Amino acid sequence: MLKIWKPLQNYLLVAPQFLVFLLFLVFPILTIVVVSFWEFNGYAMTPALIFENYRSIFTSSVYLSTYLNTFKFVAIVWILAFAIAYPVAYFLAFHIQSLKWQVILFVVCTIPFFTSNVIRMISWIPFLGREGLLNQLLMHLNLVQEPVELFLFSDFAVVLAMLHLYTLFMVVPIFNSLVRIDRNLITAALDSGAASWQVFKEIIFPLSLPGVAIGSIFIVTLVMGEFTTVRLMSGGQASSVGYAIRNQIGSLQYPQAAANAVILLIITLMMVFAILRTVDIRKEL
Amino acid sequence: MPQKRPLSFYILGAFFSLFVLFLYGPMSAIFLLSFQGEEGNLTFPMRGFSFYWIQSVFGEQRIGEFVTPFLRSLTLGLIVTLLSVAFSVMAGMAFRRKFTGSRFIFYLTITSLIVPSILVSLGIGIFFNVLGWDVQWYSSALGGHLTWTLPFAFLIMVGVFNRFNPAYEEASRDLGASDFQTFGQIVLPLIAPSLIGVGMLSFTLSYDEFNRTSLISGENNTLPLEIFGMTTNVTSPALYALGTLTTLFSFAIIGAGLATFQALKSSAPPSNSKN
Repeated sequence: MLKIWKPLQNYLLVAPQFLVFLLFLVFPILTIVVVSFWEFNGYAMTPALIFENYRSIFTSSVYLSTYLNTFKFVAIVWILAFAIAYPVAYFLAFHIQSLKWQVILFVVCTIPFFTSNVIRMISWIPFLGREGLLNQLLMHLNLVQEPVELFLFSDFAVVLAMLHLYTLFMVVPIFNSLVRIDRNLITAALDSGAASWQVFKEIIFPLSLPGVAIGSIFIVTLVMGEFTTVRLMSGGQASSVGYAIRNQIGSLQYPQAAANAVILLIITLMMVFAILRTVDIRKEL
Repeated sequence: MPQKRPLSFYILGAFFSLFVLFLYGPMSAIFLLSFQGEEGNLTFPMRGFSFYWIQSVFGEQRIGEFVTPFLRSLTLGLIVTLLSVAFSVMAGMAFRRKFTGSRFIFYLTITSLIVPSILVSLGIGIFFNVLGWDVQWYSSALGGHLTWTLPFAFLIMVGVFNRFNPAYEEASRDLGASDFQTFGQIVLPLIAPSLIGVGMLSFTLSYDEFNRTSLISGENNTLPLEIFGMTTNVTSPALYALGTLTTLFSFAIIGAGLATFQALKSSAPPSNSKN
């Protein structure tokens, strides 16, 4: 009895989690793939095996620019998030000596993550709006004569809001890699006469790359599927694949939305695998 | 210790402070503007100070009604929390031993975390549609939330059990306790602080979740969806007041979670780790 129970026990224990992912992740994504070959007749979808949905994506210049625009957001947010997150994580890991302060400052950085994304986006209105603080300041300094409309409802606002929401996803993994670096390595390098920039270039930076990779995966996957920030911060001006999918669902064009989702998923996974190839991530878990 | 700090400390320190300002600045602006006077609008300057807009959130009026969506989000969050904690503890227990398929489950969990959220939302929506099931906040949206909270809960529990000393359980079994007694009287009290942490995390993630729920909540919106709907047609500080209240609620949950975590941690045996 006990002999059968033991191995079976593991499967019973993971069963609920597995079923959740089967029902709400695997089956839904398989359904997306199937439906992407279905037909849409203007008001409903019918089972079929057509490639029209994909053909229309690959032959339309509108789609091309939508995809390019999405990549643009991914690239800009990724570069800026890295540029902000690395110094922040480095400061926390190497310049804060007491563990207590390290924990406190780390918690200070993570608390906004536990609040609503929608509220955090709204909170830019008093700054960027037509009568917002930024415009008031510029008017006051006589740098502009009329309020600049462009701050809110622009690519600038979209990127700013995304950085506000997602930079933390880069900070945490980099911090995690940095604190794990054996301090003896650094002492040894300094004792052997390395300059501090050499220590950074030869030891710290290479050892922090897995953290950079994990953070990059988060940023890429979060921004690739973005539609809320694009919708809210650009006022519907900018486009992204996620937003296009969202609009197609709004007009019930499920097969077309599904085809876009499949392509989005494939591109995202390719990016993730490309990042995974550069470093061995399993060491971090 | 009284060692002179390098210049880089001050430069990076300033950068860090700017980052914190960037994170909290906009939020504090809407906190302030929630107390805008009755004639005030969405931007500075403050025109007086009042609780007018805060009060307006509780009444039913043309901007909509928020008590019901709040209670709905609260209920959903509690269900998600219970399920996430229970499922992740079970899976975490299983992952203490290697078994065939464990790698597959592990990667499936990671996939759930990193798949673009619109795919989860769209997928569950179409899946329910094809099967003829009704999308509701307690069915499809619950599933969408679990795909987001469970991976976090699971990864934390795997970490917790990695540091868990099996000697306690062996001692318990040697004394004749059954598996269930060992779990209930030894393992559970020892991991209780972490469970509070996982629960708190799951609740706030669910309570604030928007992207994965947006297409699949059915006719009854959760609070974040209701707030999102409000952004397009509300141009009064009531929007900020609602934002402030719901953020304060999140903070209260985080605070209560941290306090309970500390209390349990200090009442637990001094060490439950291997080293």
